[in-house]
Amino acid sequence: MARSAVRGGLRLSAHKERSTEQPLRPASAVDSLVLPLDQQAGAPAVPLVKPGDRVLRGEPVAEPGGEISAWLHSPASGTVAAIEPRPAPQRMGAPTLSIVIANDRRDEHYASSSTSRFEELSPEQLREAIGRGGIVGLGGAVFPTAAKLSSAARANGLRLLVNGAECEPYISCDDMLMRERARDIVLGAQILLHALAAQVCVIAIEDDTPQAAAALGAAIAEARDERIQLRFVASVYPAGGERQLITAVFGVEVPHGGLPADVSTACLNVGTAAAVAQWIRDAQPLTSRIVTVTGDGVREQRNLEVPLGTSMAALIYDCGGYTGRMSRLIMGGSMMGQALPHDDLPVIKATNCIIAASALDLQLRGLEMPCIRCGNCSAVCPAVLLPQQLHWYAAARDFAALETYGLMDCIECGCCDYVCPSQIPLAERFRDMKPALLETLTARASADAARTRFDARTARLERIERERDAALAKKRQELAIPRDPPAQHSPRLGGKS
Amino acid sequence: MLPALLTMVGLAAAAGGAAALAARRSERDRNRLVDEIDALLPQTQCGRCTFAGCRPYAAALANGEADINQCPPGGHATAAALATLLGREPRPVDPRFGIVPTQPMVAWIDESACIGCVKCIQACPVDAIVGASRFMHTVIAEQCTGCELCIPPCPVDCIVMRPAPG
Repeated sequence: MARSAVRGGLRLSAHKERSTEQPLRPASAVDSLVLPLDQQAGAPAVPLVKPGDRVLRGEPVAEPGGEISAWLHSPASGTVAAIEPRPAPQRMGAPTLSIVIANDRRDEHYASSSTSRFEELSPEQLREAIGRGGIVGLGGAVFPTAAKLSSAARANGLRLLVNGAECEPYISCDDMLMRERARDIVLGAQILLHALAAQVCVIAIEDDTPQAAAALGAAIAEARDERIQLRFVASVYPAGGERQLITAVFGVEVPHGGLPADVSTACLNVGTAAAVAQWIRDAQPLTSRIVTVTGDGVREQRNLEVPLGTSMAALIYDCGGYTGRMSRLIMGGSMMGQALPHDDLPVIKATNCIIAASALDLQLRGLEMPCIRCGNCSAVCPAVLLPQQLHWYAAARDFAALETYGLMDCIECGCCDYVCPSQIPLAERFRDMKPALLETLTARASADAARTRFDARTARLERIERERDAALAKKRQELAIPRDPPAQHSPRLGGKS
Repeated sequence: MLPALLTMVGLAAAAGGAAALAARRSERDRNRLVDEIDALLPQTQCGRCTFAGCRPYAAALANGEADINQCPPGGHATAAALATLLGREPRPVDPRFGIVPTQPMVAWIDESACIGCVKCIQACPVDAIVGASRFMHTVIAEQCTGCELCIPPCPVDCIVMRPAPG
């Protein structure tokens, strides 16, 4: 079968076997659910409820706070206990305004008015309907799906790319989803095709997930939809990176500073596609997601369907608790995941994986040594950058050079760190440097705009001055040499002789 | 006699042409240098450097008529960048030209006090104030460079500097 590969990257051991041994199961219900309002990319959501209100499962509790924002729905029936700042994992434990729901365990459903006959809607209406399901990119970026679809739909000859290439080691939630809910993914792809008015869909998966491939193949055959095809990519980290996957599958590169829509592609995660299907077909908004709980620090490694807002401590308890070897809690994969300060944090839409890492899982970094300019980092960089040069310019805070060498194109995948013999935390340096570079670029752009306006104003003032001078000169001329001198002023005529 | 005369005239003409060419080239080089200097300046257009704007200051720097430490809005970073570009001794901003701001500031008009005199609109070097005669004025915060030139002309003192939003 045709197989494409990303440039650079690393072959890493996937650590996915143990968490995929057991089938998916729902997580046990908990008493209190915490929903941070800023868990999606873009603007924080605005609460629609107040403390004391009774809510049902699937009832909207917060509406989008801007163009790029998302709806939030209650993951359980119960009462709103509070709307207050609570520690949030996306802020590394810093508090952020959250809706706290006390679960009454009656599991009463809210009658969401979704539509199962999506073919009857126009693409615009369908995109709006998808937005009302609170659906965001479940690959980890949590970008609101409706906004992504609307911006992509402007491109011509659009292709839909459904991303089933699980990027990082340890994470297996997409693999599990493809095994167990392949039909949802295919239906989601059909809905997304309609929402984008597109005719081509590729579902891309890694070549080391045979069960997922078989399930998806069967589901596609069952759907009898010729628009959808399955493609394999080599299991090289970071094959599942949006830009890397587009290059691997379609052979085109997303331009610097551009979006996938610039190469007529809309890329969505398989989890997002399945969530779209569940919302449009079953009127179930995004109130839960599949989370991989793994690592040597937890007793039972598996995938669970977890209601959003469930605390990570409860989830770990659900999986048999920590082992004695537990050393660090990480949200995300082993390459790009964030270390968490404690486990009293809610599962949010971005939580694809929780690693309870032991010393065996962690690659402890040694003492940082000077760069020996071996070039290993540039050989593995999937964004085709020169990390050794970026490292050099980041140390000097040379923003002009950082821009020239494409710091903003760094996807922070960590491949350069992994191969660096001097153990330099390159990706971390680059991540820290990006806001400063962005600030410099913005300052320069606004200075350029100010210069343009200043030049325009100077030109305008000069023009007004010139016009006034010309008008004045004309008037003076008219007064000095009268075209038709009045008769009585002439001494030769009115005089007496 | 005649060949000698012709030679002398010819040489004089050639030298003159070469001089004119060199002058034109140096003019072009100078303009390029002014552009490069101007690109480093913050484009506040405040005139605190004693020149009529950022580009006039750049021209003065290129001519050697100004020092590199006369731009308070640019701060020490701009002074250092100018020193590097022009090969001069780096020096901190001279406080006689103004205080280096610690954070970006923008003008803000108290709209309840504004009488609509348009004096600030005329003073704004970057067209960042909107309004019309006898209608209240307002500052477009994203376009304000914080030059403070609108403050002295205001007859009712209704303009204050505030930290830039965002």
